[in-house]
Amino acid sequence: MTVDDRGQEQKSIESIKVQEQLSDKDILLSVRDLHVWFELKRWGLIHSGYVKAVDGVNFDLHYGESIGIVGESGCGKTTLMRTILGLVKPIQGEIHFAGEDISGLNTADLKFYRSEVGYVQQDPYGALPPFMDLHQIMEEPMLIHGIKNAEEREQRIRDVLTEIKMCPVDDFFKKYPHMLSGGQQQRAVIGRAMVMEPRLLVADEPVSMLDASVQVEILRLLEELQASHNLAVIYITHDLSTVRYFSKRIFVMYAGNIVEKAPVDELLANPLHPYTQALLEATPDPEYENSLHYKEIPPGEPPSLIDPPTGCRFHPRCPKRIEGLCEVEFPPEFEPEPNHQVACWLYE
Amino acid sequence: MSDNTKLLRVENLRLYFRVKNGVVQAVDDVDFDLGYNEAIVIVGESGCGKTSFARGVLRLLPKNVDTYSGRIFLDNQDVMTLNDEVFRQNVRWVQMSMVPQAAMNALNPVIKIGEQVAEPLLVHFGTEKEEAWAKAKEMVEHVGVPGAFLNRYPFELSGGMRQRIALAMALVTEPLFVFLDEPTSALDVLTQANIFNVLKRLKKELKISFILITHDVATSSEIADKVAVMYAGQVVEVGHAKTFFEAPLHPYSDLLMNSVPRLRVKKEPTFIQGQPPSLLGPPTGCRFAERCPKRFEKCSQEPPVVEAQGHQVKCWLYV
Repeated sequence: MTVDDRGQEQKSIESIKVQEQLSDKDILLSVRDLHVWFELKRWGLIHSGYVKAVDGVNFDLHYGESIGIVGESGCGKTTLMRTILGLVKPIQGEIHFAGEDISGLNTADLKFYRSEVGYVQQDPYGALPPFMDLHQIMEEPMLIHGIKNAEEREQRIRDVLTEIKMCPVDDFFKKYPHMLSGGQQQRAVIGRAMVMEPRLLVADEPVSMLDASVQVEILRLLEELQASHNLAVIYITHDLSTVRYFSKRIFVMYAGNIVEKAPVDELLANPLHPYTQALLEATPDPEYENSLHYKEIPPGEPPSLIDPPTGCRFHPRCPKRIEGLCEVEFPPEFEPEPNHQVACWLYE
Repeated sequence: MSDNTKLLRVENLRLYFRVKNGVVQAVDDVDFDLGYNEAIVIVGESGCGKTSFARGVLRLLPKNVDTYSGRIFLDNQDVMTLNDEVFRQNVRWVQMSMVPQAAMNALNPVIKIGEQVAEPLLVHFGTEKEEAWAKAKEMVEHVGVPGAFLNRYPFELSGGMRQRIALAMALVTEPLFVFLDEPTSALDVLTQANIFNVLKRLKKELKISFILITHDVATSSEIADKVAVMYAGQVVEVGHAKTFFEAPLHPYSDLLMNSVPRLRVKKEPTFIQGQPPSLLGPPTGCRFAERCPKRFEKCSQEPPVVEAQGHQVKCWLYV
């Protein structure tokens, strides 16, 4: 699937997409034993260690599936996403996208891969160039990916803007990011990610900077896009209450590991890992009764990823730890219920 | 108007700012009461004037103020008539203080935590340094930070710890109440729950009052005795938390509550169509009328604040 920029005169989005060989399996993205470590200071041959941001992550994502990754800041969810986008190189493990290992891609293939994966940033205002109007912002990805037909670009921009409900389209063409409201800016970011018709969309906290009334609007939009394009979506967030309305499966991350994977309703009704239980306990619904009692929260803070605890990384804070086991051995993934995996010794 | 049972009474507060294309009516004719040992939550979308209201009460004003009027009674003392210097010395940070938004990033990175927490005491009361440090130690322990951390620098602490330090700074002079401006919006869920545990305990042990400013309705319920809803520079509803969370009266409050995603109740959240009006030239009549599903002819006139089912509502529906 090499793409030579200079060799081809006319390229259209369809012609690029045709080159993709579809595999029989319906797995779009498969992550195996992924380790992403960042090296700390180094003097000659002396290492002072690594930050183990992602440490042994496995999962599969099917075509058109939406998953949510939930975890606290510093648990490695953003690093996982950046690795999937090909911005960070893993030190161990593999990522296969549509059957192809992305770590072995050359520059041209990587460029193609990036047209297949859309990225929705957290802070919409920071993600949009302030000196470009909406038309230029939407056109930029197509110019980079070599779509030379101006009419096709124009048509595509109109389609996308209609899809993200920026109507009437002509009124928005000449608008600069600062002229848009927060919700509109985030829709523009989503639109830009959709311009190249990706098959996977990675959304990193897409609504955490927005007002409650707008959050729902943005999540609905993502949901519509997902359904109409059979788009796979990785939705990264720290807010459990919004995942529920959007993703079908939730992964819970803690200190570089995925500790629990389950379908949304199953996870909310029956959280197995003590960390997931604490997260659910800590997430309030707007009810008066909340103010009447204290919350039971595991003490302490997430561990440093430079020197994480031995065994299960949650054990120093865990109210249910098994002495002599949890601090010694890292728990493998158990499947106590169908489709519900948990990395915790309680379910051995 | 001598209601002695209130800690803070704000009457007809107006705060307008001059900008290039006109005057922004950030806070427009707001009445507000806060009782002793009470926590009120002010909720509203960004840009509705929540922070400007806090700044108006604390008289932390920028240079481009156009209008600043109204009456503010704090512990039955008219503080609006005090001159700026007296207000600075005797009121701000002595009787009321504030934890500003993103306070945890506002700590000075090159000054030890202890010096920063003790500073208000040195400035306002001229306390001896050792005594001030002892007081600072007591206060940081109150908010759940080990006293030994006073000798550390802000970058050595996690976000949640720094947020607690900012809280200790606001509490160290033992004010009557504290404004908390989005105190947990940048924090993780577990840390957030921890901070709210601390706030609940402080309210119980120190008998302190809080005004919590937030756009996050769900977490605000952790501490709220009462809820005030702001929209486009005005307070449109004030009610007791218990009745408010169950059945808000103002159409805007109702839509706002329906837009909150819930974890335990299976209910589809909805969003509010349209955008809040510009505060440069807000519409006459009810400011929410344009987006309101229940509007009728009367809404083109300014609605009065009426008492309905124990709430104060600024809406024609309840007249």
